[in-house]
Amino acid sequence: MADTRTTGIPFNVTQGSKTKGGIGESTLRPDGTLKVTGEFAYSSDMWHEDMLWGQILRSPVAHAEILSIDTGEALATPGVYAVLTYDDLPTDVKNYGLEIQDTPVLAHGKVRHHGEPVAIVAADHPETARRAAAKIKVEYRELPVITDEASATAPDAILVHEGRDDHHIGHVPHPNIVHRQPIVRGNAEEAAKKADFVVKGEYYFGMQDQAFLGPESGLAVPSEDGGVDLYVATQWLHSDLKQIAPVLGLPEDKVRMTLSGVGGAFGGREDLSMQIHACLLALRTGKPVKIVYNRFESFFGHVHRHPARLYYEHGATKDGKLTHMKCKIVLDGGAYASASPAVVGNASSLSVGPYVIDDVDIEAIALYSNNPPCGAMRGFGAVQACFAYEAQMDKLADKVGMDRVAFRQLNAMEQGTLLPTGQPVDSPAPVAELLRRVQAMPLPMERQWESSEGSDVRQLPGGLSNTTHGEGVVRGVGYAVGIKNVGFSEGFDDYSTAKVRMEVINGEAVATVHTAMAEVGQGGITVHAQIARTELGVGQVTIHPADTQVGSAGSTSASRQTYVTGGAVKNACELVREKVLEIGRRKKGTYHPAWATAELLLEGGKVVTDGGEVLADLVDVLEGEVVELEEEWRHRPTVPFDLVTGQGNGHVQYSFAAHRAVVEVDTELGLVKVIELACAQDVGKALNPLSVVGQIQGGTLQGMGIAVMEEIVVDPKTAKVRNPSFTDYLLPTILDTPTIPVDVLELADDHAPYGLRGIGEAPTLSSTPAVLAAIRNATGLELDRTPVRPEHLTGTGPA
Amino acid sequence: MRVNFTVNGRQQEADDVWEGESLLYVLRERMGLPGSKNACEQGECGSCTVRLDGVPVCSCLVAAGQVEGRDVVTVEGLAEFARQRAQHGGCASGACGDDAGKAGRAGTSLQDAQQWQSRPSDSQTGEGDELSPIQQAFIDAGAVQCGFCTPGLLVAADEMLERNPDPSDADIREGLSGNLCRCTGYEKIMDAVRLAAARQSATVPSQGA
Ligand code: FES
Ligand code: FES
Repeated sequence: MADTRTTGIPFNVTQGSKTKGGIGESTLRPDGTLKVTGEFAYSSDMWHEDMLWGQILRSPVAHAEILSIDTGEALATPGVYAVLTYDDLPTDVKNYGLEIQDTPVLAHGKVRHHGEPVAIVAADHPETARRAAAKIKVEYRELPVITDEASATAPDAILVHEGRDDHHIGHVPHPNIVHRQPIVRGNAEEAAKKADFVVKGEYYFGMQDQAFLGPESGLAVPSEDGGVDLYVATQWLHSDLKQIAPVLGLPEDKVRMTLSGVGGAFGGREDLSMQIHACLLALRTGKPVKIVYNRFESFFGHVHRHPARLYYEHGATKDGKLTHMKCKIVLDGGAYASASPAVVGNASSLSVGPYVIDDVDIEAIALYSNNPPCGAMRGFGAVQACFAYEAQMDKLADKVGMDRVAFRQLNAMEQGTLLPTGQPVDSPAPVAELLRRVQAMPLPMERQWESSEGSDVRQLPGGLSNTTHGEGVVRGVGYAVGIKNVGFSEGFDDYSTAKVRMEVINGEAVATVHTAMAEVGQGGITVHAQIARTELGVGQVTIHPADTQVGSAGSTSASRQTYVTGGAVKNACELVREKVLEIGRRKKGTYHPAWATAELLLEGGKVVTDGGEVLADLVDVLEGEVVELEEEWRHRPTVPFDLVTGQGNGHVQYSFAAHRAVVEVDTELGLVKVIELACAQDVGKALNPLSVVGQIQGGTLQGMGIAVMEEIVVDPKTAKVRNPSFTDYLLPTILDTPTIPVDVLELADDHAPYGLRGIGEAPTLSSTPAVLAAIRNATGLELDRTPVRPEHLTGTGPA
Repeated sequence: MRVNFTVNGRQQEADDVWEGESLLYVLRERMGLPGSKNACEQGECGSCTVRLDGVPVCSCLVAAGQVEGRDVVTVEGLAEFARQRAQHGGCASGACGDDAGKAGRAGTSLQDAQQWQSRPSDSQTGEGDELSPIQQAFIDAGAVQCGFCTPGLLVAADEMLERNPDPSDADIREGLSGNLCRCTGYEKIMDAVRLAAARQSATVPSQGA
């Protein structure tokens, strides 16, 4: 365009200045001030004049027939407005579910897991509601429980769901298997003959909880038109709506949903929790109903990360080249399907990790059982696989006699490598480079408890408990790397919608961005404002509350929101910009020839040429006009994996992260202290570097949690949850947390807006195996399960 | 029952309080102060941390009846509390003198407590808020993600810095070990507390530990 640019025209030309707060800058959160002053309204903070409190009665047993339910005494309690069971549901639609509608709103006939909702109560005080719920008499006849692959697929196994008619039933070997995905490429049997070394391993990955701090909660307000307004914390308003409306017997436009403040999500809010229950009670009583889970209920009220058994075999030549891989991954999906089918797709297609292996034989299944339902959690199927394949890499490197990092680098995938599904990775895949970077970071000081600042027992494993002064403490270092897909895969129509508006308010050009994206803490609203500033050249951007008055934004999960809704915002902004320039041409085009000839941008509140000359103030162009456009946006389409061979271009994009963990272990007491957990990640383009690093550190710590402390413990005999509280389910505190240095690499993905990559999940993958590798390195033990507990390190308990 | 106490410098009265209602419930549901958060209601997460006569407590573990005649500071009053402290040489409630640290028995007279009152701000945008140093540092350092842990952490961190204006990393970790955060990995929280401490020592050079 340079030659057609008009320069030297004397009128109306100044040098434009860049808009501040655009992409690439660490702009601060627009909701930050409200969050630090306590004024930000989370879903549990909702309040309405005259509102009632809802309470759910849950099953105390995992698997039973319900013989009778007597609500009389509960209903007679003063202050109680309604007690509802399955029989009170208003329509024939009594189940919901993300993909398979197998989850009852309230149990009918049978309960399938400990904590399943059986009845709901509305009362004028939460304690009244709790006491009334306790007065509901339910008679159960207990059934045998299915808790693992053997009990699920035994010839005489009771079916968790009888009469299944979902679309997976045709290809699963047993009705207690939700979904099965084999992947066969090359010939693993043949290739194995070339292996000089073969390692096999069996691994167990424990059930992790999202443990977001903001409890499941919300407020349902009945409206005059017979509909309901629901204010709720969720990850995907439109997906909720699709599941809620049919159960209520209402058309979708009579269920108006608005996102209220979300206190973290991590996948745990993809499924419905209290949404339908609150709406049912509100519609029945004609009063606003608020439901807030306590922490105990929260452990029952959302799905968890699938626990998994993973059986792996890898081979390598004596020069360290991988020859083949065989694996079987058994995920326990629990009583209801939730996201299990998609988790199976991820676990299988990403089971080889970021490595070149041409000959593979893979099978992943998810079971139906009477364990707690499992579904989405940060890392989604890729986490479990990464834990196993990285353990295998260490074992194999040792057998070959190579350095563990060098071994990985030798086999690392690159741009162009085929996944086991036959799909090429067609964007940068800097696996070897990330390992190099994380290895190059300086190591933390040895025995820092003895540092010059004087000995500080708090630095030691056991910390303030003063259990050791360093005797018996050994250090270990471990590495791991992983690959995660970004966005919904396997042919899912993973679109997003954004509405962008531009106008003059109080003498200033202002943009408003309206999407249904759930801000769950990840900072999406921050980058939306940054995108609008960059594309529209305005300083002031208003983020409209997320609701169902605008088209779907898809889910805030799968690391996809900045990519997909960010893409939609960018796209909508570009169209708005075109409209604004059209108006400019109409109003001002005669003043300056550049209006017709130059490439025009909006920057710093002005219309400028690509040479930086100012043609007009946006305020003058927009005065008296409102430009508003709603636009859908889609990434490249994908296809489902073939059900026999697993072949198909099923994924959209990938993200890669590598970790190095440094741990100190008190070998006498079996106590682990993670000293440092360094991460290197490729983010494509860091739209907001501060948030990017925050996401990586948060994801890293969740991975560390599962490595050394977090696990929902389910009794194998009764399928009851043993530790549904923050007293017994251990989350890392700031004392358990190491320093987390982060090295961010930005290799643009040409297919993505601004070249960005989803970032939220990848750091959760490699963090766990890196910590395990470091503990193995420190102790010399095998350690094939998460989390590692003291008894595993001291040989005093079952592994 | 009826409970009278001071919240953020203002005399408050709660009526029809049930036996067993927690201070957290009374603040959130009866007084319209939902800033203190309800993440576990069993004393494990620190999200509900408030200061009771100057001492940080989990308000979910305090029975409402226990606060009769006493003085509570919540995150909503933190900015004004910090401002008053800065003006009065390190103490806003009278609790940081000799009585500091004696859980539950620090003597704050109602008169002392009423020397200050938190001021309302625009609840839509937070504009007009004057933030305390620790609040500003949390924003600047990127220590807020979902923000659910933030109010409790702010109250705890503010009190820790009051006691220990120049904490080591180990001191910060120890001081905040009762507050869970699921989002941040705590690194940016460490940054925020270090930042607040540094700014504090830069602006009040004469004030030793
Ligand atoms: S809500 Fe009080 S400590 Fe968690
Ligand atoms: S819990 Fe979400 S920011 Fe701490």
